[in-house]
Amino acid sequence: MELIDQHTKKIMEGCKERAWDAGLRFETETLEYVVTNRDLLELSPKVMIPTLYDYWVHDVEVLKGKGKYELYPGNPYETVINTRPAISFYNDNNPDWLNVMIFYHVLAHIDFFQNNLYFRHTRDYDFTGEALSDKRVIAKLRSEHGRWVDYVIEFSRGIDNLVGFFRELDRLFPVPTVQQPPRLDYYFDVFLQSIKKVRSSAYIKEIERYNQCLSDDSELGEAHFFAEVDRRHPEFKALYAKHKEQKRRPPVDLMQFLLDNSPFLNREENKWMQTVVEIVRKTSLFFQPQIRTKIMNEGWASYWHEVLFFKDDRINGHEVDFARVNAGVTAMPRVGLNPYALGMRMFYFIEESAEKGRWTWDYQRLGDTGDRKRFDRRDGHGRDYIFAVRENMGDFTFINQFVNQDFINRHKLFVAGRRLNEAKMVWEYYVKSRKAADYRRMLLDNLYHPPAITLTTDSTEQHGTLQLIHRFEGKPLLKDFIANTLMGIEFLWGGAVSLETHEVVPRPVRSDRPPRSGTAVAAKTEPEPPRWQKVIYTMRDRELKREIVQTLD
Amino acid sequence: MNGGGFGKDLYAFFDLRVLQGVRMGLPGYANQIRTIDELLAKDRQREKDGFPRKIRVGRMIKPGRGGKDKVVVVPTASEEKLIHDPDFSDQEEEQAGGGAGDGEPGEVIGEEPVRQSDRGSGAGPGQGEGDQHELESSAYDLGRILTEQFELPNLKDKGKKRSLTRYTYDLTDRHRGFGQVLDKKATLRKIIETNIHLGNLPDVNAIDPADFLISPKDMVYRILSREMDYDAQAMVFFVRDYSGSMAGKTTELVVAQHVLIYSWLLYQYANQVETRFILHDTTAKEVPDFYTYYNSKVAGGTQVAAAYKMVNDIVEKESLAKDYNIYVFHGTDGDDWDTEGREAIPQLKTMLRHANRVGITIAQHSPGGNTEVERYIRKSGLLEQSPELIRLDVVDDDADESRLIEGIRNMIS
Repeated sequence: MELIDQHTKKIMEGCKERAWDAGLRFETETLEYVVTNRDLLELSPKVMIPTLYDYWVHDVEVLKGKGKYELYPGNPYETVINTRPAISFYNDNNPDWLNVMIFYHVLAHIDFFQNNLYFRHTRDYDFTGEALSDKRVIAKLRSEHGRWVDYVIEFSRGIDNLVGFFRELDRLFPVPTVQQPPRLDYYFDVFLQSIKKVRSSAYIKEIERYNQCLSDDSELGEAHFFAEVDRRHPEFKALYAKHKEQKRRPPVDLMQFLLDNSPFLNREENKWMQTVVEIVRKTSLFFQPQIRTKIMNEGWASYWHEVLFFKDDRINGHEVDFARVNAGVTAMPRVGLNPYALGMRMFYFIEESAEKGRWTWDYQRLGDTGDRKRFDRRDGHGRDYIFAVRENMGDFTFINQFVNQDFINRHKLFVAGRRLNEAKMVWEYYVKSRKAADYRRMLLDNLYHPPAITLTTDSTEQHGTLQLIHRFEGKPLLKDFIANTLMGIEFLWGGAVSLETHEVVPRPVRSDRPPRSGTAVAAKTEPEPPRWQKVIYTMRDRELKREIVQTLD
Repeated sequence: MNGGGFGKDLYAFFDLRVLQGVRMGLPGYANQIRTIDELLAKDRQREKDGFPRKIRVGRMIKPGRGGKDKVVVVPTASEEKLIHDPDFSDQEEEQAGGGAGDGEPGEVIGEEPVRQSDRGSGAGPGQGEGDQHELESSAYDLGRILTEQFELPNLKDKGKKRSLTRYTYDLTDRHRGFGQVLDKKATLRKIIETNIHLGNLPDVNAIDPADFLISPKDMVYRILSREMDYDAQAMVFFVRDYSGSMAGKTTELVVAQHVLIYSWLLYQYANQVETRFILHDTTAKEVPDFYTYYNSKVAGGTQVAAAYKMVNDIVEKESLAKDYNIYVFHGTDGDDWDTEGREAIPQLKTMLRHANRVGITIAQHSPGGNTEVERYIRKSGLLEQSPELIRLDVVDDDADESRLIEGIRNMIS
């Protein structure tokens, strides 16, 4: 890989100045490399991080298709990566005007990386540097433990989509929650209401008594109050202690839990495995925000390359060239989703609406179409508004908040359906719905969404079996992958693992023989909604057992 | 391909392609093959270490029209994780992606043929959207891999009809100095080679042929030569139920297995295999190529006997039994309107008289489902009477590739 030449670098620096002036904020240092096809071959399995650790699966044509993006929360061919300094990759034969456009796009991405809060945890270090030292560690471990390093990598990667990304963010943005002394909260909120289930009259009496105690003696009132409580409810102290204990233990993700609690990983001779698990976990956390802000990130970059390109005085004469390339990137497909096109239109729409003061109750409550059309409070601040959006939101909140009927109508969006026309043997695409709610639902369904898996720690400690529970969201897990994933967890845990999940009750066997009696073919019946059953998989000694626990109606 | 958003989904877009039009290059063909070997060695080690194998020799794309024995071999490894089933949908009708433009709700805005002919569209992983990632290889290579790496047995007896050889004469050999026809391209190449050695070519950008020296040895000719010509030794009938009940996974399984068998036989018979493809519902028909074989679909009912009869008729009419080793592989979901096998069993018996091996695969819809075909074949006692001629393999319709290979092992060993 070579750096871009001085001429091109100068163009980049010019773009930076203009982007700064427009309000984008990013670190001044960046690195631009020219990549050849050969470089890309090496880079793509490493999600464009040149220094990522080696792993044999990187060398294989990794299975494409099934659940691809659920499995790899990083794009294999991103142009710019979130490092310090940010690194971006280019063809060596791009004309200058095209580079101008790409540079703006890249700079907007960098602005997004460095300002969006989903990326907060990636800001304090340079990932390429850290990855390089991780790579060396893994190479060293490999020289000591051989292929077992790869097994550990494999099994860790098997659960790296279950990392607690939001918990990690949560840690970075602590929210002050406790205003009242916790004992008081517990007594009134939990103990009296949930455990004692006292009547409201008794409850109010207790509040009065508390207030009385305080007004009698502001210093020791509370102590007096609880002295009485302890006398009346001798069990209170123990229950409160237990409650505190539960509260104290923060929920952990599966990988962190294994690192802390796995008897196997904590054996002296297996300590090295922890390093590997740690590296895989860290890498996954690094990529998480990328996939959770895809629409926003591409939309933001497309918005800015368009806005800034037209203002750039250096590209005179290339407006038509630009228009062609830009249309290819940001046109709404007749059927399908394009994150560039969608995200960009959303930013324009949000900006315009904010400009007119439409993100307000005054506007939202208007029912009359004409009034809505004319509504313009001339609030201004549209730009500021989208800058705030780019800082605080991720794809889910972005879509959930801003895809509304106005947006759908403006761009004539619809949910497309596809059905089989058996007579003609063609797939028919049709307009299924133009309702904002349906469109939003469809978008949200298309977002990256790993299953939520919790573990029950209490029973784990008792039985030695690690119990995982897949939170039911109306979606089954991909069965083919369960066995090997659980086997990996069993390896890392050093004991049996069970997984509770829900599956669809198989429908009775389809038969296409003609009905025995009568000639009328049964009318096409309404498909029944799927019936669900709770299933527990248990992996013990590398044998998988499946057990149906209960059928839901 | 998946429940939400057909074709391309949101995350399939990325800057390098969208903005810079970068297409991914292909690793060299030879490289890839070497990798397969290395990877498979790694995989065997895995098994010794007590973990299940991970590499698959690519769930192959079905051969396209025209390129008859082309199969795409992609060594793949899936990284298994707990993820939501991307194929799951609780609606019968496919929920689709987004769209933009005019059209009333309910209005059909476009059509697309169910099977597209130019794409070797197939089932299963390895398909994806990245056509350019795939490595095309011939079925022969796949057969080699199956034989060597997955330890499918070699055929012991390749039949008595082996060496029906005759000769043809062809201008294929090259000869330096003299011959029948001057091979200009090869000659030029040789001349340049000579002159490079002589140092007559200092600058590749400015070549002056006038300075070249031409040695008599540089002239390359084509020369008439005797070529051996082998006849095909094996005739393979692939028979598939394509009735309505076969839709989806069962078809995928049966066809995937048939591709594997086909490849393995190609290797075993050093490419000298002829194939016939027969589809049946209540009636049977022969189709010209694997492409049609894979892609055809009807909604009709099922009569196995019709297909067996057709195989027998073809064998008899063309007197194939005399010159060929005949293999018949039949894939079905086990459904048959002829529930007792009254017509199918006699046809099967006839078939066993001339076939080297009949392999029947039943991809059943639910585990433990005692299907009609399975029932009447077991009842007929043919499996016990002539185990060297007929084999039955029953798989669940969620079987994976290794299970399929296991099935082939059963059917051909």
